Amino acid sequence: MTVVSMTVNGKPVSLETEDRTLLVYFLREQMRLTGTHIGCDTTQCGACAVHVNGKVVKSCSVFAVQLEGAEVITIEGLADDGKLHPVQEAFRDNHGLQCGFCTPGMIMTAVDMIRRRGVMDRETIRHELEGNICRCTGYVNIVSAIEDASKRIAGKAEKAA
Amino acid sequence: MIPYSFNYKRAGSVEEAVAMLAASPEGKLLAGGQTLIAAMKMRLANPSDLIDISGIKALNYIRATANAVHIGAATTHWEVASSTELAKAIPALAHTASVIGDPAVRHKGTLGGSVANNDPAADYPAAVLGLGATITTNRRAIAADDFFQGMFTTALEEGEIVTEVAFPIPQKAGYKKFGNPASRYAMAGVFVARFQDGSVRVAVTGAGSCVFRVPQMEAALAARFTPDAVADIAVSADGLNSDIHGSAEYRANLVTVMAKRAVAEAA
Repeated sequence: MTVVSMTVNGKPVSLETEDRTLLVYFLREQMRLTGTHIGCDTTQCGACAVHVNGKVVKSCSVFAVQLEGAEVITIEGLADDGKLHPVQEAFRDNHGLQCGFCTPGMIMTAVDMIRRRGVMDRETIRHELEGNICRCTGYVNIVSAIEDASKRIAGKAEKAA
Repeated sequence: MIPYSFNYKRAGSVEEAVAMLAASPEGKLLAGGQTLIAAMKMRLANPSDLIDISGIKALNYIRATANAVHIGAATTHWEVASSTELAKAIPALAHTASVIGDPAVRHKGTLGGSVANNDPAADYPAAVLGLGATITTNRRAIAADDFFQGMFTTALEEGEIVTEVAFPIPQKAGYKKFGNPASRYAMAGVFVARFQDGSVRVAVTGAGSCVFRVPQMEAALAARFTPDAVADIAVSADGLNSDIHGSAEYRANLVTVMAKRAVAEAA
């Protein structure tokens, strides 16, 4: 057992955990943040995607003890004081989900890709989504939501500038 | 899935990692973990200790000189793919890193981890062999031609840690793979490079049990560096991988097709 300290959604946490505890179990079972989902558990589906130090990673493929001092953001940490993140808004407006199981991972991946690439065409979005699987195969609206979100975020940045 | 228990240790330097490794005979190095952690979850790997070298700052860099680009072993695929310095010097290498796995995997996976693991379908071994790179460890420098020895097998000895890979800057190079639609691992991937002295190297990943060169294509491309030059050169299907994703004959054909495309896209 090791005590690991990190920041999750802006709040410092310090918890004792087994060295073999994967981040996704640390979040879901020790912190009760169940928005991060376990889909395949084999690094393929992306349902467990979270941000570590500003970059999207699959929380089923990193141990919690590796994250001493890290900053972790989960789907629960995206909204700002009850106001949805623009990517969450765009998923709602474009009906970018069917059953919703893959949605947290899709949104965390989308936020990361927009941060890296800005406004993207649909082909780029599809390439960037290679690590996220929607078992309902609802990709068309997911891609639309991300396309829309990338434009909204770029628009906001322009207004601010 | 839960791996077997192990002790986690964080190394702050290569020297510290070497000492930790020497102290735990059943220990393993953890870099990006995007292969090792999956294997541990499947309980295919059962290290007593995990020595985390991903945070060693001295192993994270991309440095271009006049003739080569030196990349630290702990540099992630994302860092390699997005390096503007590398995009100028060896765009084909940046491209190779950009098609490994998916964005989340690229944020964690490292160059050193990929070459040390030597997965038969990994992308980096094609670039390392195709560019005739030199792998530096805590003990010595190893030429790519001597490094990759077979499926998941390299020239690395017990306690040896990859610290850097130095890639000679070619005149032109290209990498093209036909990825498995589910895993994105290469069914066949071909890296071609032409150097200032007119020589050409062609390295193939994914098709066989280990990355390999194709001398016949190298000779043809040295004479004429065009896609047509390799269009009629077929590699033998003997010994190539054959599985539910494709037969050996299918992969042999893919090698020629990917070689043509890699030449066409070479920059």
